[in-house]
Amino acid sequence: MKVLDNWRDLSLDELFVWCRELVEDPNYPTVKKWRAAGGKVLGHFQVYFPEEIAFAAGLLPVKVRGAPVEARRGDSHFGSYLCSIMRSSLELALTHKLDLDMFITHPICDAARNLAGVWGRNFAYPAQILYLPQNANSAYAAQYLRGEYERLKREIEKIAGRLVSDSDLREAIGVFNENRRLLREVYAIKRETPWLLAVDEAYVLVALGGFIPRDEHNELLKAVIPQIRDRGARRRDKVRIVFEGGFCEQPPLDMLRVIGQSCYVVDDDLLIGLRWILDDVPADGDLLMNLAAAYLEHSSYSPVQHDLRKPKEKMLLQRIQQAHAEAAIITAAKMCEPGLDEQVAYSKALDEAAIPYFISEFEERMTSFDHLEVQLETFVENLLFE
Amino acid sequence: MTTNTPTQDLVGRAARDGGTLFRQWFERLSGAPERGEQSAYVFVMGSMAEILRVFDLHTVFPEINSLQTAVRRVAHEYLNVAEDYGYSPDICGYVKADVGMQLRDGHHPMGRVPKPNLAVLTNACNTYIKWSEIWERFYHIPVFTLDVPGSRSAADQTKPGDADFERDRRYVEYQIGELIALCEQVSGKRFDIDRLREVLGYTNLMSRAWRKVFEFNKHRPAPFNAITEGTIYLGVANALRGTPEGARYFEELVEEMAYKTANHIGTLHDEKYRLIFVGVPCYPIFRRFYELFAEWGGNFVNSSYLWFAAGGMDLGFEYDLTRPIESLAEGVLVSVRHAMDSMMFQHQALIDLIDPFHVDGIVYHPIKSCRTVSTGLADNRRAVMAARDVACLYIESDMMDKRVVSEAQMKNRIDAFFEGLATRKLHSA
Repeated sequence: MKVLDNWRDLSLDELFVWCRELVEDPNYPTVKKWRAAGGKVLGHFQVYFPEEIAFAAGLLPVKVRGAPVEARRGDSHFGSYLCSIMRSSLELALTHKLDLDMFITHPICDAARNLAGVWGRNFAYPAQILYLPQNANSAYAAQYLRGEYERLKREIEKIAGRLVSDSDLREAIGVFNENRRLLREVYAIKRETPWLLAVDEAYVLVALGGFIPRDEHNELLKAVIPQIRDRGARRRDKVRIVFEGGFCEQPPLDMLRVIGQSCYVVDDDLLIGLRWILDDVPADGDLLMNLAAAYLEHSSYSPVQHDLRKPKEKMLLQRIQQAHAEAAIITAAKMCEPGLDEQVAYSKALDEAAIPYFISEFEERMTSFDHLEVQLETFVENLLFE
Repeated sequence: MTTNTPTQDLVGRAARDGGTLFRQWFERLSGAPERGEQSAYVFVMGSMAEILRVFDLHTVFPEINSLQTAVRRVAHEYLNVAEDYGYSPDICGYVKADVGMQLRDGHHPMGRVPKPNLAVLTNACNTYIKWSEIWERFYHIPVFTLDVPGSRSAADQTKPGDADFERDRRYVEYQIGELIALCEQVSGKRFDIDRLREVLGYTNLMSRAWRKVFEFNKHRPAPFNAITEGTIYLGVANALRGTPEGARYFEELVEEMAYKTANHIGTLHDEKYRLIFVGVPCYPIFRRFYELFAEWGGNFVNSSYLWFAAGGMDLGFEYDLTRPIESLAEGVLVSVRHAMDSMMFQHQALIDLIDPFHVDGIVYHPIKSCRTVSTGLADNRRAVMAARDVACLYIESDMMDKRVVSEAQMKNRIDAFFEGLATRKLHSA
């Protein structure tokens, strides 16, 4: 079924406004529409989840990424020293803004892995941890992960009330391969012609995929990408930067907009889970093994995955180099241990490589960006007039 | 049954001997580099000491080093060094104290911590992984992450023989093989399976005794305090895991506990309230924290800390020495998973302790430093209170950073908690 209405008649600017409203709406109207039609919903916490398996079973996979809401009920389930996304994600579920049929979290960090316990004590539907391998360098990791995906498939089939065939999975992989190709195009535009697509515009386009059926997202992207390329925007004198720190809790859109005023964000790790797999996943042979191998062997990087082959600071330098960026913005969500830990490694590596960088922290509920704006302008001016 | 062992020698022996053994262990670590001996940095949840001992690698526990700086009231010096280096005030204090110590060339109040030749960690705590990446950058040493899949939910507990359990076990077993190969490479020594059997045998004795020790605290009055004495036992359990000294210590501990319970000797002279502690102790005011409860006659008869910080040894898992590698994989999976459950899925386990341990109250101590242990505690408390009419206290502070430990505020909360407990007792009398 379709969950989006009447978007084809919108101009490009109107479409971005409409996308933004959907992305910022904590009531998830598209998910409600899906459920009203009898559809089941699987909520998966950040960062990466093999959505193909849920899609193949006819479930709507929804990326649980928090929201800029006051966590009145969520707060009473947590202590003080915790990032905001934990509280707001639970708030959405407790207040029925986001109703699910299954919830999956991952051992991405010490806080997130606790969510299966918290969810399990508060909701009747299954809440589980998907144990993505944390020893990516073991020769057995892919085989283990294949087994874990098989287990996950069984659990999903119970929710769906039907078995997932190879044909279902093959079709799902095809849909997601197309989605990844389209998202790569979006990012290519950012990299090659960043004046055509501001960071906040690209963000809402990508984020939309986290809570609508992915085939519908593909339709939208296929229609929008040519319009972006045909945009009459002119190149301006802005600094090309890489934004790092948006892998889990999401910065407010207004923060991205402020950054976009003085910088071209030519690459980033915003919602990296949706773009984790870098190539097409083969749609033949052992499909679950293909997904497992793709997770391990053909994937991006983030502070929450340890892989000896992918030291994060080297990966960041590579991202900066490939995007021809002049500088980096290194952010972390408040109280985000992996993000804050990585800031140190990133800053040392950037110092060594003599690449300018701007360090900041954010929280999804921030509303004032005046201070950030002034600091960032100073940073950019220093770069431009150096 | 009352034994004939002289009371003076037996009562408090484990606390005295534990301190001595621990100091000796640290001295051996300090002198390791001069003797040309190698060290592995490991963690309390899944130290893999059994494998490392086969290769004569010393096990260095950065968590223990860090907490010792807090107990000795110098943690702030190390935290400041790490924060000056760039680390945020909002990350794990253990990590920062260790970074501070590494930047001070290993100088520690108990001696000198050797640099690592290897780091071995599990995923029981995600911060272990981030922490090891720091050593990778500092020392360019091999780092091995032993990935131990935990329980997928409170309801999904698999056991040996189940297909899902065996799948996880095979993954752990394969990784143990990879770890052995790495140890051979680092140490230049061949793996000796008979030596492994010997080490596993000592761990078996320790696990068997550790499980028994908990049982003694069902007795009124309880023979030990799970925070103070328990932490000493825990130190030995980790530092001397898989050694004859460790095995002897725990067997003697059982003897002491048996004597104390047979003679009704409690750790407190007048035990009025029996409590469970959930979380990590408040090391910056370790003794005072204990006193705030003991002064009211409150004794911690059990603690989730003793479950997870001994890597799940409280389960009493014993290795099958006829199939050492396979059994080690099973033991690591079962025990480390239990340690993780003790932090994330422990509410039913706490409820199950209330009656056999005659528990009057549960004290939750979430801390700024550790999200693994702390994230679920407020919700856990709600679930426990919904299931049982038991008094619960929720106090936040830290295990390292005295800047977030407010003793006066803590005392007010604790006093009010005990006043509530007294009223409860009065009403139920």
